[in-house]
Amino acid sequence: MSEAVAYAVDADGVCTLTLDLPGKSMNVLNLALQSGLRAGIERALDDEAVRGIIITSGKPAFVAGADLKGMGGGYDFSALSDAQLLEQTLSLSMDLRRLETGGKPVVCALNGTALGGGFEIALACHYRVVADDPAIMLGLPEANVGLMPAAGGTQRLLRLIGIRAALPLLLQGRRLNPAAALKAKLVHEVVAREKLIETAREWLLNRCDAVAPWDKKGFKVPGGAGSLNAELNGFFLFNNAMIRAQSFGNLPAPEAISAAVFEGAQLPMDTALRLEAKYMVKLMRGSVSGALIRTLFLNKEKADKLESRPEGVEKVTYRKIGILGAGTMGAGLALHAATVGLEVVLLDRDQASAEKGKAYAMKRLGRDVEKGRKTQEKADKILARIYPTDLYADLADVQAVIEAVFEEREIKAAVIGKAMAVIPEHVIFASNTSAMPISGLAEFSVRPQKFIGMHFFSPAERMPLVEIIRGKQTADETLVSALDLAQAMRKTPIVVNDSPGFFTSRFIGAFVSESLRMVEEGVLPALVENAARMVGMPMGALAISDSIGLELSYNAGLQQARDHGVRTPPLGIIGKLVVEHQRLGLKSGKGFYDYEADGGKRLWPGLEKIYPPQAVQPSIEEVKTRILYAQLAEGARCFAEGVLVSVIDGDLGATLGVGFPTYLGGPFSAIDTLGVARVVAECDRLASLYGKPFEVPQLLRDMAAHNQTFYGLKAVLSPGGHNLAPPR
Amino acid sequence: MAEAFIYDHVRTPRGKGKADGGLHEVTAVQLVTQLLQALKDRNDLPKDSLDEFIAGCVTAVGEQGATLPRIAPIMAGFADETAGLHVNRFCASGLEAVSIGAAKIMAGAADVVVAGGVECMSRTPMGADGGGPWGTDPSVTFHTPFLMQGIAADLLATLCGFTRAELDAYAVTSQQRAARAWTEGYFARSVIPVRDVLGMPLLDRDEHPRPDSTLESLGTMRAAFEDMGLQYGFDAVALQRYPQVGRIEHVHTAATSSGIVDGAGVVLVGSAAAGARLGLRPRAKIRSFVSMGSEPQLFLTAPVPTCKKALCNAGMNVADIDLWELNEAFAAVPLQVMRELNIVHEKMNVNGGAIAFGHPLGATGAMILGTLLDELERRELQTGIATLCAAGGLGIAMVIERV
Repeated sequence: MSEAVAYAVDADGVCTLTLDLPGKSMNVLNLALQSGLRAGIERALDDEAVRGIIITSGKPAFVAGADLKGMGGGYDFSALSDAQLLEQTLSLSMDLRRLETGGKPVVCALNGTALGGGFEIALACHYRVVADDPAIMLGLPEANVGLMPAAGGTQRLLRLIGIRAALPLLLQGRRLNPAAALKAKLVHEVVAREKLIETAREWLLNRCDAVAPWDKKGFKVPGGAGSLNAELNGFFLFNNAMIRAQSFGNLPAPEAISAAVFEGAQLPMDTALRLEAKYMVKLMRGSVSGALIRTLFLNKEKADKLESRPEGVEKVTYRKIGILGAGTMGAGLALHAATVGLEVVLLDRDQASAEKGKAYAMKRLGRDVEKGRKTQEKADKILARIYPTDLYADLADVQAVIEAVFEEREIKAAVIGKAMAVIPEHVIFASNTSAMPISGLAEFSVRPQKFIGMHFFSPAERMPLVEIIRGKQTADETLVSALDLAQAMRKTPIVVNDSPGFFTSRFIGAFVSESLRMVEEGVLPALVENAARMVGMPMGALAISDSIGLELSYNAGLQQARDHGVRTPPLGIIGKLVVEHQRLGLKSGKGFYDYEADGGKRLWPGLEKIYPPQAVQPSIEEVKTRILYAQLAEGARCFAEGVLVSVIDGDLGATLGVGFPTYLGGPFSAIDTLGVARVVAECDRLASLYGKPFEVPQLLRDMAAHNQTFYGLKAVLSPGGHNLAPPR
Repeated sequence: MAEAFIYDHVRTPRGKGKADGGLHEVTAVQLVTQLLQALKDRNDLPKDSLDEFIAGCVTAVGEQGATLPRIAPIMAGFADETAGLHVNRFCASGLEAVSIGAAKIMAGAADVVVAGGVECMSRTPMGADGGGPWGTDPSVTFHTPFLMQGIAADLLATLCGFTRAELDAYAVTSQQRAARAWTEGYFARSVIPVRDVLGMPLLDRDEHPRPDSTLESLGTMRAAFEDMGLQYGFDAVALQRYPQVGRIEHVHTAATSSGIVDGAGVVLVGSAAAGARLGLRPRAKIRSFVSMGSEPQLFLTAPVPTCKKALCNAGMNVADIDLWELNEAFAAVPLQVMRELNIVHEKMNVNGGAIAFGHPLGATGAMILGTLLDELERRELQTGIATLCAAGGLGIAMVIERV
């Protein structure tokens, strides 16, 4: 008997299969668990003493899902034929079908969370009892990693609750707690934890039924199936349109899930299970799930756990921090920090401004209470952790300071000086500037070794990323403290070296400026905006520019030019809109778009008068290519220049920080997927037509020549070396 | 090769496609049976004279399904030997039926054919056949995204820059022309009153037109497809295929879209020899007929290339055509065709169109062919084209010439 699944039969003939992977804190569906389960099923079905089967888990969670770590990121099934991959994919599904049709009643005693394949095991049992614990999560979240349930999940769910209830759960990958799962009819009973096994036994001994509903004669899918059902037709019509509207055809999983449900519902179960697995094979052949898993799960987890943090340095346990500036960013940061349990000194130039920042938190928390997301008591506690003040002396006992004042050198210099004068010597000072070089700002500090950049994104309470910028004089210990602070604030940190725009601002800048350049060249603004959406950017560059504020961007550009000694730089596209047409951006209702009272927007027709459209417009593919490759080339340059030390940080920063499409996994994942040589060739073609933004670093050419990649066994060494000196 | 001639045609009036519509109590098979009887009676057709009855019907399920054209001629008193064929090319079906009939005659496979179509939209609503694979079946729809046709109409208007006012003005003209044609009796020869089961007259006049429509009254109507476009993602899907458009302008209303109605129309087609044998005088020669596809998501733009090809096949030019009948699926469609082919409005749909009369899907092609012929005769002109756009970017055109 396998050690992963314990086998026990009692005097009443009740067999209990206990899933319990040795040496792991959690059951994941790997080969060991699956073969143990298969052996257990066969033995129980063959064992004449067994009249019914209970499946449960020996871990706190039932089964947490597939072994994503074991699958790795960017996996490659090219060695397997379609037929081989199909058989491999079907193996669990066939085991579960054997369990379901073996003639003995099976009850699943869900003692803990069952997700993905874990919940598919439960669905294949004839009865599901779950412990009454609101922390338990049940569901099929495969879509979130670009995959789909392939062990009967799509087929059993739709037969259990009907297509119209099942498909949204599958597409959103929703996880339900036991009460919600009972309401959705995904489980039969929710009972007190101590009664779980007892209830399961009682069902087996007194109430059991060893035939699934869909294996009974005359079974019909609840709510119908097939295209002669008018209501379902409307449902699929809108489902398909909504998916396409949102995915732009870039996400294969929702399409495959919809197809498996639509087609599978009309088939007998065994044929339906094979069809489901075939659609899964199609997904496994694609690059999207590998990219999603690598970046959003494996790499994000590495960053969240501070995998690169040296062990020798003592961990800072943060209790209290200071935030300088109670504007949009400062107020958002204060709310977020207080929400994760930190005391916050929120300082602004006068008490009223500081109070205004706290009022923002009050407003947001009030909405949470209103919507039932938080209790009043909890909201009050969070609010009480924010101390608005205008006295620098109040910073005397903070463990870190984050500066989020206006982006002007003089203002920053003043607050840095005042804060540094009162905070303890060991305390780090983090500037939240999004563009000003950290090493330059550090010069205003008496302790530049304690000075660092921590670039949060707006709205700070929602955006998951923080970009940590190491200045020339930043000490290793300061960087480690900043990493600890990022973790305390539950943000995913990336670490980059100092450079104008760091990584994220520079990276998104490549997208925005290439888009603006196209409009200046006479490419239709609508084509440029739609192309960005089709690449997978959340907004077009013109819409982004409007929401940042055209006046703000114009002034920043002006300041930059003057810093470089240019008094009156020529007006670019944004300058023309601001200076010549008084179009200042979203806040004024007029920018690249005209904003309507009802929230609608329309591209400003005047734009085409300033930049007359070319008679022959480029193809949408060419516009998309320029938008994508300008970013790929910028990413490669950041890595080659050592601004970015790790491609993991680059992929996380691009996707979590500045909207690079997650289905590509980030610029470095995308280059690997497309092929380095192909990217170099395409950039060369683009550079010959459109110039500098597409010039690739020598590093990329060398990689192509040596068949290297950014990830995997033939990964290129980082020219930037390591973020931290090896631990002492 | 033999030539195919049109000898006669009749149609029913169009009843509102609702439960209170004038034809709602009549089945589809009864409608075509009455038309077949009318053709038989007024042309003295012997029982065994008809080789085949070919009828278009789009939603061919239930009482409209299972090759309705098989049983209708028998109901109408034709011989058991009369073959029946059901045709579906969406809105082009009625004219496609005539095309197939003409092709059979030209090939020598038939001598006398009645062809046309029927659609009782009040009894068998659009979509009752499940709507087919495109739109609902995910594998198909993610390969080639689907747009509801109203969204496609607004997309076409947006691409062409047609304003709400232009569309409304077109619709008002359609209504005025339809009203005048009825007042002047232009349809008297061809519209056969529909009778009930007792033989009493039920409806003798098109029910759908709103002759009192004005620019003002139309101006107050809601954009018909805006909610669907915005709420269900169809606008966003449209922009992915037409990314040069900033956003879809929702300019069509119910008044600038074709109406939902019940009705049937049939055309008597035969060879010269058959006409001589039956003692019939040919009214027009079928010069050419073409079916084509165009970009499916835009749905509505096949008529231009289809007409060009049909003209080319007939050895003619746009300027050689005296009158045009184009199905007014949406107001943007005739506006686009007139612009692209440089046709003056005075030659296009001179007696109104589906915006006024309504559009019984499978029947319209035969109806507008008949209307075209009647008007060529009334004006003593020679040549005309009947053309329709159809779902999925399909189109059909037929060139006829009076003889």
